[in-house]
Amino acid sequence: MAADVHKKKGWEVPNGSLVPADGQHTERSESPTPGLAQGTEPGAGQEGTMFVHARSYEDLTSPEDAGVTSRIPEEGQGDEVDQTNMEQISKDFSELSTQLTGMALDLEEEMRQSKEDKLDLSPQTCRRDSVLSGKEEEDVTMDAWRMHQKHVFVLSEAGKPVYSRYGSEEALSSTMGVMMALVSFLEAEKNAIRSIHADGYKVVFVRRSPLVLVAVARTQQSEQEIAHELLYIYYQILSLLTWTQLNHIFQQKQNYDLRRLLAGSERITDNLLDLMARDPSFLMGAVRCLPMAAGVRDAVSASLQQARAKSLVFSILLSRNQLVSLVRKKDQFLHPIDLHLLFNLISSSSSFREGEAWTPICLPKFNSSGFFHAHISYLEQETDLCLLLVSTDREDFFTVSDCKRRFQERLRKRGVYHVLQEALRTPFYSISQVGIPDLRHFIYKSKSSGLFTSPEIEAPYVSEEEKERLLGLYQYLHSRAHNSSHPLKNIYFTGPNENLLAWVTSAFELYVCYSPLGTKAGAISTVNKLMKWIRKEEDRLFILTPQTY
Amino acid sequence: MAQRKMGKEMTVTSDGYHSKPTYVYKVVLLGSMAVGKSSLAFRYAKNSFRETMPTVGCSFFKQMIHLETANIMFEIWDTAGQEKYHSICHLYYRGARAALLVYDISRKETFNRAKLWLRELEKDFLHDEIVIILVGNKTDLATEREVTSEEGKEFARSKGLLHAETSAKSNHQVTDVFMTMPVQSQSWKKSRVDLRAPNSNQIKKCCKS
Repeated sequence: MAADVHKKKGWEVPNGSLVPADGQHTERSESPTPGLAQGTEPGAGQEGTMFVHARSYEDLTSPEDAGVTSRIPEEGQGDEVDQTNMEQISKDFSELSTQLTGMALDLEEEMRQSKEDKLDLSPQTCRRDSVLSGKEEEDVTMDAWRMHQKHVFVLSEAGKPVYSRYGSEEALSSTMGVMMALVSFLEAEKNAIRSIHADGYKVVFVRRSPLVLVAVARTQQSEQEIAHELLYIYYQILSLLTWTQLNHIFQQKQNYDLRRLLAGSERITDNLLDLMARDPSFLMGAVRCLPMAAGVRDAVSASLQQARAKSLVFSILLSRNQLVSLVRKKDQFLHPIDLHLLFNLISSSSSFREGEAWTPICLPKFNSSGFFHAHISYLEQETDLCLLLVSTDREDFFTVSDCKRRFQERLRKRGVYHVLQEALRTPFYSISQVGIPDLRHFIYKSKSSGLFTSPEIEAPYVSEEEKERLLGLYQYLHSRAHNSSHPLKNIYFTGPNENLLAWVTSAFELYVCYSPLGTKAGAISTVNKLMKWIRKEEDRLFILTPQTY
Repeated sequence: MAQRKMGKEMTVTSDGYHSKPTYVYKVVLLGSMAVGKSSLAFRYAKNSFRETMPTVGCSFFKQMIHLETANIMFEIWDTAGQEKYHSICHLYYRGARAALLVYDISRKETFNRAKLWLRELEKDFLHDEIVIILVGNKTDLATEREVTSEEGKEFARSKGLLHAETSAKSNHQVTDVFMTMPVQSQSWKKSRVDLRAPNSNQIKKCCKS
C-alpha cells in the first residue's frame, strides 16, 4: 500500500487557533475554513455537547494507559469535567455503591453455597446453554477455525479461559495457558508484551488486570486499532459486572471461572465484535444520528425532556444504532463508548422487542464501580424505535415505565409520531445529494459534539466484503492519521479501486472516498464543496441543540 | 417515587369501565438458564412460541383478564436465569403473589437448581404469603426426559408446592398454570371473589389444604 502523504501549507491549522473556542456560541462561519476552531465546525452543538469531551481514540490507546494495573475506576476523559460530575452525583452514587457491596456479598455467599451443594454449573452446562442460545461451537483443530480473520480471547491472570470468539473455551485452555505464560514471562522482567507480528498475523495483547485480552488478526488494522477493539471488549465485560465486582471476585478467588458469570452474555460480545467490523462508529469514537428535520427532532427531544423523573440520568431514543435524540441530566455527560455499549446491548438481542426490560448496567466510562438501571423498550412492535431510559434507582421501575407512557403521549399530542415514523423510512441519505460527481462516500466527524455523519454505502460497495474493505481503507487512513509517533494531518491515498483523502484538524475529521479516475487536485478542490454541503445540512444530520432535564 | 405500592396485599384500582374492581396480581418466573421462562411468559401473554434469546435483567409483561366479577391485571416479571443476575433477583420478586419455579424436564441439573431457587424464595417469603408452582417445562421433549413426573410431584409435595408440567412450545397447560395462581392464592380467597378458572382441575393440588 502506498500512501501519498502531503502536508500542504494552506491546510495546516495555524497553531494559534488550535485552542478550542471558549464559548460554544462563537459565530459559526458560513464557509468552512481550515482554521475552524473546535466548537464552530459543522455539526458542533450550539448549546454545549451531549458527550464527555472525548479524544477517545488517543486516550484509549495511549501507551501510558496500557500498563497501568491499578487503574482508578472513575478515570474519565476530561478529567476536570469528570471530577465535578462525580462530586455532583456523588449522592446518587453513595447509594449505588452500597447496593454494590450488597451484591458482592450475595455473590460470595452464592459461591460458597453452590460449593456446599455441589451443584456447581459444570462447564458442560454452560456450553449447552450457549448452544441453546444459538451459538455453534467450532472444532478448534479444523483449518476453518484457523482461517478466521480475527480471533479474540479473554483470559484471567490465572490463565483460565473467559471468552473465545470462535470455538469452545475448554478446547483452548492450553492455548490460553501459553498466552498467559508469554505475558507473565515478560512481566517477570518488568516488561510488557504488546504485540507479535509474524507471517501476516498480528497478535495483540491488552492487559487490564485481572484480565488479559488477546487478538490474533489477519486484518489490515494497525496494532493500535486492534488494541482499541480489545478495550471495547474489556469495557463490555465491565458493563455487565462493574470493575469493582470483577476485581473483588478475583481477589477472593484467583482461579475463579468467570464464564459462570458471563454465561448467556457471550452473544453480546460476539455482536460487538461483528459490529466493530462493519460500523465506523467504533473507529470514529463517535455516534451517528438518524437524519431528520430539525423541527421533528426538537419536538422529540422536548417530549423526552418533559417525560422526566427524578432518578433519570439519560433518556435516549435510537433506531438501529443511530441516535434520534438524547436528553441528559444537567451536568451529566455520557461517553460515546458507553453509548456504543448500550447500542450494542440493544442490537444484540431480539428479546427487548417483547415487554419492558429492566436491567442493571454499568457504564464503565461514566463510573465503572456502580450499576445504573436501564429501562429498554420498543415504542411499537413493528418499529425500530427503541427507548432507553437510564435511572440511578433500581426500585424505580414503575416511575420510569410511566415516563415512557408520558413520552409517547407527548409525541402524539405534538403530532410528531407520524413524521417520526416517516423519518425512519429513510435512515440514510444518498451520496448523490451532495452533487460531486467523483465522490463515492465520506465520513465526517465533528470532534466537539462527538457525532459523525456518513451517507449510505452505495455501489460499487454492494457486497458485505466490499463494504468491509471500504471500512478497512478508512481504518488504514485513520491509523496513519492517529499514529502516536507520526500523526498525519492530510493524507491522499491512491489505490487500485479508489482514491481516498483524510483530513484531520483539531475541530473535525474527514475521510473521503473518490472514484479511482479523479485526480488529487480534483479531490482537494471538492473538499470545500463537501464541507459547505455538510454545513448546509448540519441541522438535519446532527443534533445541534442537545437538551437537558 | 413509585406511584404504586409494591408489596401490598393486592392493589385495587378502580376500573371505571365496567365498574368492576381490578386486582393487580404479581407473578414472577424463576429458574435456571434456558428452561423456558420467557417462552412461558410469551406463550401466555401473546399465545405464540419462538426461540427466545437469553433475557437480559428482567422483562415485564402485563396481561389483563376480564372475569365476571373482577378484572385481574397480571404483572408478569420474567427474570433472567443467568447467574450474574441472581443477586438482584429478589428485587423483582418482592411483593409477588405467586412464583413459577421453572425447570427443564430434559435437564436434571435445572431441577436440582430449582431447589436452590426455592431456598432463596423461602428467605423472602413466609410459607402462606406466596403461591409457588413448580413447573416442569418442555414436555414436548418427553423422549429426552431426565426428571420424571413423579420426582417433580414428590418434591413439590414435600415442600408444600403445587406442581405442573407444561410445554410452551406445544402450548400444553400454560394458561392453566397461570389461571391456577389466583385461585390458589390465600388472600385471593379472603377477598371472596369466586374464581372458577376453566380446566384448572388438571393441576395437581398437593398438600395445600
